[in-house]
Amino acid sequence: MDHVRPVPDGAPQGVPSGGDSPRLADLLHRSALGDESAFAEFYDATSARAYGLALRVVRNPAHAEEVTQEAYLDAWRSSTRFDPARGSAAGWLLTIVHRKAVDRVRSVEAASSRDETWNRESMPVDHDQTAEAAHASLEAARVRSAVATLTDVQRQAVELTYFGGYTHTEVATLLDVPLGTAKTRIRDGMIRLRDLMGVAS
Amino acid sequence: MSDLHKLTGAYAMDALDELERARFEQHLAQCDDCRAEVAELRETAALLSETVAVPPPTSLRESVLAGISQVRPLAPEVPAPGPAPAPVRSEHPDRRRGWMPFLVAAALAIFVGLGAMIVAPWADDDEVPRLTAAEQVLQAPDAEEVFLDLGEAGRATVVRSKSQDKAVITTEDMVSAPEGKDYELWFMSPEEEFVAAGLMPDAPDQTVVLDGSAAEAVAVGITVEPEGGSDQPTSDPIALFDLTEAT
Repeated sequence: MDHVRPVPDGAPQGVPSGGDSPRLADLLHRSALGDESAFAEFYDATSARAYGLALRVVRNPAHAEEVTQEAYLDAWRSSTRFDPARGSAAGWLLTIVHRKAVDRVRSVEAASSRDETWNRESMPVDHDQTAEAAHASLEAARVRSAVATLTDVQRQAVELTYFGGYTHTEVATLLDVPLGTAKTRIRDGMIRLRDLMGVAS
Repeated sequence: MSDLHKLTGAYAMDALDELERARFEQHLAQCDDCRAEVAELRETAALLSETVAVPPPTSLRESVLAGISQVRPLAPEVPAPGPAPAPVRSEHPDRRRGWMPFLVAAALAIFVGLGAMIVAPWADDDEVPRLTAAEQVLQAPDAEEVFLDLGEAGRATVVRSKSQDKAVITTEDMVSAPEGKDYELWFMSPEEEFVAAGLMPDAPDQTVVLDGSAAEAVAVGITVEPEGGSDQPTSDPIALFDLTEAT
């Protein structure tokens, strides 16, 4: 785990995303004191990941922008509550983004028919464009190679959960396995990724 | 020790439905191992976003920065003086907030527990000059009641008085709504339309008067909604009180 820099303030539960965690935590801390330029810097360092995640989950670019904007406004408002001892700044932000993105797809579905679900599920993701635009960072390569070591069923369960935004019950149905099996695949897959990527308390 | 521990992955990736989430958060408050694992798995999940990064349109940056200039960061959480701040009170588990076994079928139990009983009006209300709005409903001669056992999620009773055109819900041992969510109350009209009837405060035991006209309603529902509530339900009710069964 020597490729990972420690998070300040000791006893972190997690590990920096992108390797610039101390800087991001500092930017959030300054944001909490009302420093808008620090928050702008925080935005610049994290927005590709935040927007990319929102886009991947909600699919619709306009919705993804709204979700991302709401998440950053929440992050600004709750920057005073961020505790670097409990995790990285990027992890904290992306947790907010993911939750909002998932809430968005679920409420859109609740408001419309299940046909939408099918469209969402069957709409091809433009991998080429995504890859082109993606930051070709070392970190991304490292994550991809870790994901590649998962078993097929683990990877499927993790991706449907995180990027698909489905509940574990829905994942179990999609994969036609018992709920207990889906739970186990999701957790085992994530634990394996955690260990491979050196995220530890 | 139970199946609950296996939910860390699904919880960290927002893959639990609202009731499961509420229950797991209760468990989290008491389980150090699960809290640590959730923190790690959230960090891990966040790393997955590296693989899908896409620069947003530049207009988004302007919107975000314009947005933050109009609102200050929240007041920080100030540590309470005296004994350590609360969430973990493992020494003295409060019965209400205590360890909660995982109930796979809890959502079903909501509907199974449906029953109706009669409210005996307390007595003559001549001598009670100042009744609260809730008391007026509860003590109305035509008060009718539906009780629901929500399993581990608690118990709730809706009392409606047609003459008062009001309804009241009382809860007992009700689990908190998931973080960032509220319980919202609804009247269901005979046309099966939902009309918002207010939010429930976050307390296990409470009595709330529903907003709006109750006389015509055929049911009262509770849904889990984004904080602040919604104009229309965005999820299926976690509880539905069938007033046509009330007596």
